[in-house]
Amino acid sequence: MQTAQNTVDPAEVAKFEAMAAEWWDPNGKFKPLHMLNPCRLDYITAQIAAEFGRDLETARPFEGLRILDIGCGGGLLSEPMARLGATVVGADAAAGNIPVAQVHAESSGLTIDYRNVTAESLADDGEEFDVVLNMEVVEHVSDPQAYTTACRMLLKPGGLMICSTINRNPKSFAVAIVGAEVIMRWLPKGTHEWSKFITPDELYKLIETAGLKPVDRKGFVFNPISWKWSLSDRDLSVNYVTASLKPTS
Amino acid sequence: MDNPARAAILKRMTYDSDIAIVGGGLNGPALALPLAQAGFSVTVIDALPAPDRHAKDFDGRAYALAHGSMRLLDRIGIWERIEDHAQPMLEIKVSDGHAGAGPSPLGLHFDHAEIEEGPMGYMMEDRHLRGAFLDALDDQAGVTQIQARVVAQEVSHTGAVLTLEDGNVHRTRLIIGCDGRASGTAARAGITRTGWDYGQTALVCAIEHELPHHGIAHQFFMPEGPLAILPLLGNRSSIVWSESQENAAALNRLNEAGYMAALRPRFGDFLGDIALAGQRFSYPLALTIADSFIGERLALVGDAAHGMHPIAGQGLNAGLRDVGALVQVLRDANRRGEDIASSMVLARYQSWRRFDTATLAMATDLTNKLFSNDNPLLRLGRDIGMGVVNALPALRRSFIREAAGLTGDLPDLMRG
Repeated sequence: MQTAQNTVDPAEVAKFEAMAAEWWDPNGKFKPLHMLNPCRLDYITAQIAAEFGRDLETARPFEGLRILDIGCGGGLLSEPMARLGATVVGADAAAGNIPVAQVHAESSGLTIDYRNVTAESLADDGEEFDVVLNMEVVEHVSDPQAYTTACRMLLKPGGLMICSTINRNPKSFAVAIVGAEVIMRWLPKGTHEWSKFITPDELYKLIETAGLKPVDRKGFVFNPISWKWSLSDRDLSVNYVTASLKPTS
Repeated sequence: MDNPARAAILKRMTYDSDIAIVGGGLNGPALALPLAQAGFSVTVIDALPAPDRHAKDFDGRAYALAHGSMRLLDRIGIWERIEDHAQPMLEIKVSDGHAGAGPSPLGLHFDHAEIEEGPMGYMMEDRHLRGAFLDALDDQAGVTQIQARVVAQEVSHTGAVLTLEDGNVHRTRLIIGCDGRASGTAARAGITRTGWDYGQTALVCAIEHELPHHGIAHQFFMPEGPLAILPLLGNRSSIVWSESQENAAALNRLNEAGYMAALRPRFGDFLGDIALAGQRFSYPLALTIADSFIGERLALVGDAAHGMHPIAGQGLNAGLRDVGALVQVLRDANRRGEDIASSMVLARYQSWRRFDTATLAMATDLTNKLFSNDNPLLRLGRDIGMGVVNALPALRRSFIREAAGLTGDLPDLMRG
């Protein structure tokens, strides 16, 4: 286990606590992520449970699984995985997120190994995981293919990668950029670059070229009446998620 | 750090239970059972000593359990314990009445045969329901019961600490207040309430009668307030009788013979001769809704969240809807690995139940205002309205489903 847990300057803790409070405020600037999170977690937990034969009705069902959360931010996915019993590494390229996530995990009574590293450098170090969570990251990286290949290298044989991103079409432009950034002000302007969005076919190509086998895909659909996200088998027009496996041999 | 109470809620708190339920009436146990069945460790803290569980004499108190409530009780293992004591409500008749004249012949008639789900509800005596809950709690793994009054509660982002009157503390992730309309849990959390008094009192008792009730519930709207006659097992019925505070006080001062003499003309002679069975109860009618159903590491359920006018026996039924919704929200969150006490999880419970509750409270209030009235125009409007509902089967069926508690966004525990 890495020892990143103890590198926090106590004088900085108050500042990090305030930033953590911001990350974890359901009505704050990460509101859209909080709204989407139950739906993302429903997908992630169901896929992991199915792939590794775990029963979600039991306590700590993910005990013994090593999970990597890439682009962990404040720990919105890392903490649930740790609470379900997994050994979690949270990686974020933004150094400022690491102590913030650490402080919050501590106060939640969770042990999570947060590191300021990229997927590529973890792969270079020979790290291996049962599950790689690659959620809303691929549309932000400069070389999606190199990044996806690094994700494959980080998986043990038979390991599971879950990857979500945003489709590229007129609807996603309207919803994700005009809607979420300009009209609703859910996200800071410039959060997304529409030209970097990825269609499901393109993502499948990235995944297959990296040497992974796509096994499932679903859309995340927002219902403006119930104000809730849900999973859809057919509608992948804006936000969508895929599961893929690393072959065992 | 010099305050020992604060040291107790520092980081990496250890918990005595996942969830502490304050209040051991009906909603508390109804919540404890499915939460423990879902794998949570649950402690029920009740200020009152557990009453004698052996078949007590009937004291006159009974509940109208909507069909949806019956389903929930069935899922959590209570119904099998009380089924034999349930009187199905097969029909509901609603009519206008005048004191001394009995019910008018014009009225609404709802028959369960019009919906496929079964009876609209069941009448259940309090002693059977309460006893079944206490037995089930004793039998349920994962439930701890403490008899003590809570004197203080302190909450932080890592956990909650309840201080009991004997000085013991109980550390938990989440506090659920099921402690009634005068909820200490809500008050200690600084949650204020909104509400109003109706200036009316509900007089409640049970009667024995000469003729069978055929499973028919009656609701008579009198100028002074509504009178409900709800069928119990055998030739007995439960009476909920609303009167102005002054009239109620005068009726309460009467002896049994005087009380029965006042009651008799109010519903005529369709049940033959009647006699009091059990005690007489009296409850001032007031609506109270907590300004928030949640707080930090805290949720309110049942009367602690909303005390309603008991015009349609909706108090317990609304509480059980809270139970079903909260169990589902917490269970789903737990399966996802979310912090069950986080504000984003609790907000899902609040948004599910608060709107529903406020709507029901307003509708109940309006119904009462419309019907507790002797204005001839309103009476004419009512009679026409009732005629319209009777003439339209679809509308009538929707009323029946509403009364049976089968409408709205039902929790899984109440679905067929």
